[in-house]
Amino acid sequence: MDSAKREDYIIRVEDLVVAFDSRVVLNGVSLNVRRGETMVILGGSGCGKSTLLRHIIGLRRPESGKIIIKGRDITQLDNEELSKLLRKVGVVFQSSALFNSISVGDNVALPLREHTKLEESTIQIMTKIKLDMVGLAGYESFMPSELSGGMKKRAAFARAISMDPEILFCDEPSAGQDPIIAAGLDQLILKLKKALKMTIVVVTHEMASMYTIADRVIMLRGGKVIFRGTQKEFKASDHPRVKQFIDRRPEEYSEEEIGRYARALTSNSF
Amino acid sequence: MQVIVQHDKNTAVISISGDVDLYSSPEMRKAITQLSKKKVPLIVVNLKDVDYMDSSGVATLVEGLQLTGKYKGCFRIACLKPTVWEVFELARLDRVFEIYETEEKALKVSPL
Repeated sequence: MDSAKREDYIIRVEDLVVAFDSRVVLNGVSLNVRRGETMVILGGSGCGKSTLLRHIIGLRRPESGKIIIKGRDITQLDNEELSKLLRKVGVVFQSSALFNSISVGDNVALPLREHTKLEESTIQIMTKIKLDMVGLAGYESFMPSELSGGMKKRAAFARAISMDPEILFCDEPSAGQDPIIAAGLDQLILKLKKALKMTIVVVTHEMASMYTIADRVIMLRGGKVIFRGTQKEFKASDHPRVKQFIDRRPEEYSEEEIGRYARALTSNSF
Repeated sequence: MQVIVQHDKNTAVISISGDVDLYSSPEMRKAITQLSKKKVPLIVVNLKDVDYMDSSGVATLVEGLQLTGKYKGCFRIACLKPTVWEVFELARLDRVFEIYETEEKALKVSPL
């Protein structure tokens, strides 16, 4: 049972519906994130996790539903108001989304140069500190094209935390990282939460990461929330899909699904 | 955030109170740079009344270390609260600075 009051939540998503053409991707998703907690959004590939994240950070407008961040419904804000609200929000995108024409250091420093009046000397030290936190000390002058995929992801992480955001969103932060680096990023998430009181939302399907960082978990399937609760409740859940996820059991197709597949294969059009 | 500076020819104490963040840390920087321009041999930053410091705050303190280092001065931190200590640890700066439990100790100990 969730005992927190509405005002304790820094993020509230209410009955979110998202569709691409006629395909409904999120179908009435609701979730609440408390200030200072780490919420992990779990689910298989294509379940709508990243779509949910892209809507929470205002990159897309939903068909219906509310997304309330720090008491303001972002679906009702104009671009300027949204941009102002999101200054205290950091995002680590799945694709890294670094600017390829500027160095790694400049990528990390960019939000500080754009949005603060800090001296350049302070910004450069902050950039070094953030790169050190993600294990990229000394890479300031490298260009993104000179980094591996995993390093790019970590550079993007450094950029996302450059302004010490109040809320940090991470889309698959461990994807493409070796187990040691992935564990290091999990530890960094824990430290950011503790030291800087960050509220953190992580989209992942990495169970080890979830068990390390999550205060609470929601699991999506077919555009709906099929589980919400603590790690302990997740482990103890008797929901068949949750159990399948925990046990890493492959999909078992019903006769009906196989029949549908066979019909699709033998039809003449896409 | 409030910054109070007390200094004589050889020592200076910068007492900070309130949150040190992206918007207030330039005030602390101003005090540090003014004292280091005067080449005060020992600068102590007292953080007794600081409950929250972000990475712009610790970066500003690193600048203090750099500036005083140029004239072989001494830059010390005193009275870190556990919440601020965590930020130092996060940035791995807990072993970079000379950190003292009290302002008196920071002023008494001879430079290393």
